[in-house]
Amino acid sequence: MNFKHKYVFLFPGLFVLIGILIFPIIFTIRLSLSGWNSYTPEMNFIGITNYIRLFTDDPRFWESFFRLSFLSVTTVILQYIIGFALALIVWREIKFKRFFRVIFLIPMMTTPVIMTVIWRTFFHESLGPVNDLLGNLGVEPILWLSDPVIAKFTVIIVEVWQWTPFMFLLLLAGLLSLPKEPFLAAAIDGASPFRKFVYVTFPLMAPISIGAIIIRLIEASKIMDTVFVLTSGGPGTATETSSFYIYIKGLREFQMGYAATLSFTYLVIMIISLTIIAKVLTKLMIKE
Amino acid sequence: MEKLYKFLKYTFIILWTVFIVAPFLWAISTSFKDFQSVNSKVTYIPWLDFEPTLEGWRVLVKSPARGGVDIVEPYFNSLFVTCTASLISIVLGTLAAYALSRFTFKAGFVRNNDITFFFISQRIMPPIVLSIPFFIFLSTIGLLDSLIGLVVVYIVLLMPIAVWIMVDFFNRVPKELDETALIDGCNPYQAFYKVVLPNSIPGLIVAGMFCIIFGWIDFFFAFILTFTEVQLLPVKVVALNSSITPWWSLSASALISVAPLIIVAFIVERYLSKGNLSGALK
Repeated sequence: MNFKHKYVFLFPGLFVLIGILIFPIIFTIRLSLSGWNSYTPEMNFIGITNYIRLFTDDPRFWESFFRLSFLSVTTVILQYIIGFALALIVWREIKFKRFFRVIFLIPMMTTPVIMTVIWRTFFHESLGPVNDLLGNLGVEPILWLSDPVIAKFTVIIVEVWQWTPFMFLLLLAGLLSLPKEPFLAAAIDGASPFRKFVYVTFPLMAPISIGAIIIRLIEASKIMDTVFVLTSGGPGTATETSSFYIYIKGLREFQMGYAATLSFTYLVIMIISLTIIAKVLTKLMIKE
Repeated sequence: MEKLYKFLKYTFIILWTVFIVAPFLWAISTSFKDFQSVNSKVTYIPWLDFEPTLEGWRVLVKSPARGGVDIVEPYFNSLFVTCTASLISIVLGTLAAYALSRFTFKAGFVRNNDITFFFISQRIMPPIVLSIPFFIFLSTIGLLDSLIGLVVVYIVLLMPIAVWIMVDFFNRVPKELDETALIDGCNPYQAFYKVVLPNSIPGLIVAGMFCIIFGWIDFFFAFILTFTEVQLLPVKVVALNSSITPWWSLSASALISVAPLIIVAFIVERYLSKGNLSGALK
């Protein structure tokens, strides 16, 4: 095809995106080398002081980062298993197939913060239905939001509720686009459903699975809305994720310079670790 | 064995359905309660457990001066920002995706895949990383707390989604289609506009739906970059949450805010069942 036309197609989108992003990125890097805070709100230059502080004297950031890794990896694994199971079930003919498909999709269409507002009343420790129903069964009230360990699981429950549908959608769309021949062959060989899954369905779905997991990991690493409304990072710092910590430093304590340092470091770590995860997953799931 | 499998299967999907529906049922029930039935003990079923009132819903139509919650303006703000940003993202994203799917680009070590990755990787950026510079940037040019400022930010949020879906989609549209059009005497733009685009409607619909979903559900940018002049729906509802907790009006406004997009679930399902979506989403 003609050579120059390709730029006419590509450049508007590319340059709009770069145009919007170039300032924030350069600004963040420059800001990270400054001591901008509420006392000296100006772009002075203090070298890598902020970075030294981050790497030697800020365990809270690293804790929030490991917490984030734990939360996002756990939720994505759960979403993948549940989403895949649901997709497999409604892939074949079952009763009320279309009803179930719609129901399974609904949570991803709802606004996370708004649903979290509902979840907060749902898990309310004295006035919420969960503890009340459990209480009827004789279970002691569970401190869904004020126990540091349980609060993490509450966040996971809400995240799984919210985003399993996305995984389900990607996997079901993948299942529906698979070729029919391998399944016919397996049926002729008389393979059991389990063997059919292990030797036919799963390998065929591997590339789609990897794509879905990576996309969900990217989105899950941004967990913020849920935490913000459900627990505000608490109790203490028990559910504080990296984004939330950056938010506190930057827009509550107005240590803009330091927050920029955190942002930039976080971005670099994320890009590197997601690239590694993508490579490892590809190796693990696609054999030969 | 077969029976056990069937039993487990149905138990699983029924339990999951209950889990999905539970918060909605709770919210619907709560929206008809009054102070007494929220705060004395946990109540569930109207008439049986408590006397339902319409107070929670009435607050939404009252004027703010008389203690009501103005939800109409945030509704339209959200709608405007989401639709404008989605439209711009889809147009620009589709063009870029077409280029990335049909032509080869080479600039130094950069290839097509790297450019595609550049687009998609913008999703890695957590909102907070962008909000601080945008906060300062928009306040210097006076667009803080304005709809246009938000649209600009939302384009960054949505264009990667459009590119991601459309590149995949165009890769499945046979190249012969455009080649035939070119041989028939179309120029590349006509080939794209008259031949490729009409064949890409399922992809465009999926991309559009995803853009609208991810635009509509964003909270953080709207929360940081707007204050009083412009309020988007999620910010408005969360603001209700922080004041003393009138659970009834909170539930009513939450329900009315999530309702419109639930229709999207039906559309997505229709496309899934017709088999159009499987081509558009890998």
